[in-house]
Amino acid sequence: MEIGLGITALVALALAVDALAHGLVARFRRWLARPRFEADLAAIDPGRERRAERRARELLRSCVSEDDWQIYRRLGFLRVWSHSTHRHHDGPAVAYLIYPHRPIVSYVAQTGRLLYEYCVTFPAAESNGSKVLPDSDDVLAKWMALNADEQRVLRHANMSLPGKALDPGAVARNIWQLGRFERERMREAASELVDPQRSSAASGYRRA
Amino acid sequence: MQPGSGEVLVAEGDVNVVEDEERLVAEFRRQLDAGLWAAVPTGDSLVRRQAQMVRSFDEVPKDAERVIFFPRAAGG
Repeated sequence: MEIGLGITALVALALAVDALAHGLVARFRRWLARPRFEADLAAIDPGRERRAERRARELLRSCVSEDDWQIYRRLGFLRVWSHSTHRHHDGPAVAYLIYPHRPIVSYVAQTGRLLYEYCVTFPAAESNGSKVLPDSDDVLAKWMALNADEQRVLRHANMSLPGKALDPGAVARNIWQLGRFERERMREAASELVDPQRSSAASGYRRA
Repeated sequence: MQPGSGEVLVAEGDVNVVEDEERLVAEFRRQLDAGLWAAVPTGDSLVRRQAQMVRSFDEVPKDAERVIFFPRAAGG
């Protein structure tokens, strides 16, 4: 009887030690895998993302036209014309709306009819504790890739019908806002032709 | 372009200076070997800007002010 109890106690003790050892090993592994000091510092630097975005906006502005920059600054997206439909003249003009870290949306320019969403990302090796490009860098990457090699980008993208990731109503409003912006710009350009002195004040945003 | 940093200057120099050109070519290859795409913005900023993808240093226009490297596209 006593021997039986002793063996049971030994087994229980062995199980308890084993469970404790597993717990300690797991905690030690978590400690080893903790973020390093530099990454901790990067994570608590509240200005890092903002500075990165500011640099990205400057880079974007230096790459796109002044009108495109104003569209992005005011509306938060860019528009790129499809080269393939322009080149062949065999269909309606198609354009793309580029949003930061959101799918690219294609639409028929004349009617505003949405065609497809193209989900595309630019994954990079982790840097400074972040895995994603700043918003404006993401927009610029899409803008350069679409401008330079439209088909290549679309081949890499996951295509879906409108409405999967973006609200079609919101996109339609963006297209309407874009049209209104362009009508304003045309009016300004027309007034520049009529009265060049007045135009320099009207188009003050060029130096903004 | 780098996550968390934005624009980072990789290398700069004058392609008409032999040492600079060699350094630029080496850095260009290093970036492409790392899996990045390279593009050159072109055109007039007041009218219409475009971009040109370049796959080798020879494809970089002689008057290009800069080459921008960015991660390859992938399906999201």
